[in-house]
Amino acid sequence: MNSVNNPENNGESISGFKIKDYAIYLIMLGIFIVFAFFLRNRGFLSIINLMNIFRQTAIISIMAVGFTFVIASGEFDLSIGSTVALSALIGSLMLQRTGIFPSVIAAVAVGAAIGFVNGFFVVRARMPSFLATIAMMGIIHGLARWITHLQAIPVLNDRFTYIFGGGNLGPIPTLFVWTLIVMVFGQIAMVKTLFGRKVLATGGNVVAARLAGINTDKVKWVLFIIMGMIASLAGLLYTGRLHAARYTYGGQDLFTIVAAVVIGGNSIYGGTGTIIGAVVGSLILGMVNNGLILFGFSVDQQVIFRGVMILVAVALSPSAPKE
Amino acid sequence: MEKANVLEMKKIHKAFGGLKALVDVNIELRHGEIIGLVGDNAAGKSTLMKILSGAYHADEGSIFFNGREVAITNPRIAKQMGIEMIYQDLELCPNLDVPANLFLGREVITKPFIRFLKKRIMEDETVSILRKLKIDVKNPGLRIDKLSGGQQQAVAIGRAVSFNPKIVIMDEPTANLAVVEIDKVLDLTLRLKEHGISIIIISHRLDDVFRVSDRIYVLKHGCIAAVKEKAKTNKEEIIKLMFMEAHERQGQRARQ
Repeated sequence: MNSVNNPENNGESISGFKIKDYAIYLIMLGIFIVFAFFLRNRGFLSIINLMNIFRQTAIISIMAVGFTFVIASGEFDLSIGSTVALSALIGSLMLQRTGIFPSVIAAVAVGAAIGFVNGFFVVRARMPSFLATIAMMGIIHGLARWITHLQAIPVLNDRFTYIFGGGNLGPIPTLFVWTLIVMVFGQIAMVKTLFGRKVLATGGNVVAARLAGINTDKVKWVLFIIMGMIASLAGLLYTGRLHAARYTYGGQDLFTIVAAVVIGGNSIYGGTGTIIGAVVGSLILGMVNNGLILFGFSVDQQVIFRGVMILVAVALSPSAPKE
Repeated sequence: MEKANVLEMKKIHKAFGGLKALVDVNIELRHGEIIGLVGDNAAGKSTLMKILSGAYHADEGSIFFNGREVAITNPRIAKQMGIEMIYQDLELCPNLDVPANLFLGREVITKPFIRFLKKRIMEDETVSILRKLKIDVKNPGLRIDKLSGGQQQAVAIGRAVSFNPKIVIMDEPTANLAVVEIDKVLDLTLRLKEHGISIIIISHRLDDVFRVSDRIYVLKHGCIAAVKEKAKTNKEEIIKLMFMEAHERQGQRARQ
């Protein structure tokens, strides 16, 4: 008999405990234990190193939350990396002339505008998001290089750098606070709200969602705009953390973000929205990266390793929807 | 006494370019009746039902619902009137659980400001809908794609019924189901009738049509070839009506 028609064949339910649901946490724990053991003499467990892992993954985690929404709806946004850079540059340029508030608004408006255009091409022009956003990636990257002639824009506003990722709130880096806020908001929006339900329905079966009266076009469009704004936030956080804006920001992030989202248990075919998984995925990648550095691997080898991890994660992730 | 008609479709014509999909089709559906719609591929069954559910427009003809002429210009109007179509490819989201699918597009939410889902209410309501229709889904919290094909079909039917429809159209409800499950879906279909719902069932499986319907409409080349009371016909006759041309049938009768 067809295994699809066999309800007992979940393959994962062991007396109510679904191993698959917790696999990601077990993997993280496993890697942590392995590193803690083998790298015990190289400072892996030191507070400074662990904080460093968190700090390095925070911005990726934030974007992974946004990306999880986009991918949950069945779309991709490959333009986020260059959105990070352009928003950072615009924000910093504004900051040299005005205060924090208008600069932040300007930066976020850049992300929202890019998201709007992405949404337009996907929803109105019916272009595959993969292509529309990769084209946008090129355009925005070019703009980011052009407006500052590849020069970095220094940021000397201490208040800005304090708020956006450079400071500490007591013992807690403000980067953590941002990550936590975005993650909690994302999780609640995905799981508890009507909007999250619409996103998942859109990604699960767009025809069914439309027949049920959900405006799937609007859902997607809104998601692209939100994703753009989150990328802008990431750009501001990079700027605050590194006291300058550069056109290179975010350039390497897309790869890591996709890896984090997929490792976190999200299907690239849409319909799953594991926000916490995505953040954990980002932490795993950060930890592995850190471990590889401490083991003495080169940057090139780390990149290869990350590629392998994506392949493994995709191979293990929920399969394509059956036609 | 004849029961009153809940639905009449009169002199329906529909062409796609030069292709005549429906020619002068008349259909009557009585209150609480199940009619079967059979015919070879491209006989016009689905086209006719899409006209009824608002997905297509008829070129000519009229539709009477509870004795009043109506214009079903889009699927939303059909739904509002109480006509629910359950599509062959199931209008369910495979990644969502049973309550999420039953309430898709009309979720129960907290009113002001942020629209939170009231999951508890939807779950309770789901259990009572499933119980009312005796639909056998032990764990409604499972994703739809973890359910069997029959259970999925039952959930789709449950979803349609929860809109309190007057007419339910089922397009091949038993296609791709295991034999045990076909029985369950047909039983469920008969239970809908007990709840006062009129049903039009499209199926290639004559066994199923004979099991549930009161009358059978045979469509052929876009025309109604025959309307038969189930009690006064048999499978053999229906098959002949479906596949043999009129003159062939005449000839056969003459020889007998």
